[in-house]
Amino acid sequence: MQVFIQQVINGLSVGSIYALIALGYTMVYGIVKLINFAHGDVLMVGAYVGFFATTNLGMSFLPALILSMVVCALLGVLIERIAYKPLRSHPRITALITAIGVSLFLEYGGMLVVGPQIQTYPSVFPDTIYNLGGVTFKIGDIAMISTAVILMVLLQFIVHYTKTGKAMRAVSFDYQAAMLMGINVNNTISATFAIGSALAAAAGVLIGVYYNSIDPLMGIIPGLKAFVAAVLGGIGIIPGAMVGGLFLGIVESFVSWAGYSTWRDAVAFAILIIVLIVKPAGLFGKNIREKV
Amino acid sequence: MLLKIENIDVYYGAIHALKGISLEVSQGEIVTLIGANGAGKSTTLKTISGLLKPKTGKIEFKGQNIAGAPAQKIVGLGISQVPEGRRVFANMTVYENLELGAFMRKDKDGIKKDLDRCFELFPRLLERKSQMAGTLSGGEQQMLATARGLMSKPEIMLLDEPSMGLAPILVKQIFNIIKEINQSGTTILLVEQNAHMALSVAHRAYVLETGNIVLSGPAKEMAESEEIRKAYLGG
Repeated sequence: MQVFIQQVINGLSVGSIYALIALGYTMVYGIVKLINFAHGDVLMVGAYVGFFATTNLGMSFLPALILSMVVCALLGVLIERIAYKPLRSHPRITALITAIGVSLFLEYGGMLVVGPQIQTYPSVFPDTIYNLGGVTFKIGDIAMISTAVILMVLLQFIVHYTKTGKAMRAVSFDYQAAMLMGINVNNTISATFAIGSALAAAAGVLIGVYYNSIDPLMGIIPGLKAFVAAVLGGIGIIPGAMVGGLFLGIVESFVSWAGYSTWRDAVAFAILIIVLIVKPAGLFGKNIREKV
Repeated sequence: MLLKIENIDVYYGAIHALKGISLEVSQGEIVTLIGANGAGKSTTLKTISGLLKPKTGKIEFKGQNIAGAPAQKIVGLGISQVPEGRRVFANMTVYENLELGAFMRKDKDGIKKDLDRCFELFPRLLERKSQMAGTLSGGEQQMLATARGLMSKPEIMLLDEPSMGLAPILVKQIFNIIKEINQSGTTILLVEQNAHMALSVAHRAYVLETGNIVLSGPAKEMAESEEIRKAYLGG
């Protein structure tokens, strides 16, 4: 039983990171119908901003996290304006290929700027291991899950109760109808990229803290996993991304526990394939019937 | 003149959809634009609303040229559109849809007042306030789309095929409400395939045929004209 709870906690830690990244994928897809393959690399930039903020600027966890989120929000907006916006009226594949280009640009541009070597993330939390009835955890685990939960609650609030959030939902449902409401579609898309990228930055910092090491290619695998999580939950559906992320984290944690940790990634992608075969719309996806 | 369109040409890629059409709408009028499928009726409304940009020509609203202006600016100036096929936000509640209609406005009291007015005009919407718009019937969705269009407090409302797919009794109801909206001071430009119904409520009418305006005049005369009868009213 303790082992079970332990695995669930481990799974939730990793899963909450996947969820944060998946949210950005799904929000961007929802609004511009683009799988933003550069999303994982924004996470990497976020991790580095957090790294330099803590090591060079001597910031503590929270200010570093916020700085990283702000920088990446701007980066996300910039990427959309420069790389994707000019292609909006072109076939979707054009923007998709561009996204791969942006991804490579960030990965290898990143190497040029910070060097290809792995950096050790400063430990921002004490390494003391707590033991609660056989279940062990560190302050970092708690900080990670709670940061993710707070950000997800905040996101739900923004999406459901603010004007920007309502505009985002309207644009993602029907951008022409949204324009007829007087919604500025360009600004709404920018806001979506800003929020999604800020969440990715937070995930980047958390990954740095959790695994202690970062490098310019660190965004690739979490990015792909989060993509799986987003598809699993139903691409374009916000609660789907959260559940998909947490589910994937827990599955991976149990696969490792069963002694197949080298199979972890394979299982994640097997899930993607199964979802695409069995329920391509994802767990939360449904076809909304249109009435005429 | 509230709205004056002068010689606009609109293209969809290589297709010349509007070939230099001109029309005018005065304050307080109901003007209808009738014509067959593909004549360019919706294109005209989309161009006025800023969803399409005319290649040449002028669109003047209260003396200001708005041709090619961004859609949100046009809504802000007082032109709202109830699009073809209702286009309600199906994944949002009736109430949220109405809120979005007032997206540009900042006068909270005014918005509240207009919400009450919408619920007065369409009591059904009040009953279904917190229901998802996608669960409404076709007629209710048309009511919602119309009410949403009113929420921006427009001076002129562009209605695109409000009767589409509705039972005759509902069509009558919607047209009565259109008259009511007009009587309370909102000018209306109505696009319809149901020419008979449209001519019965409108003051003036234009007939559009493959991107050209081929006829115009008082709605009453048009309804009696032999030519119109044959072409659009089924004998």
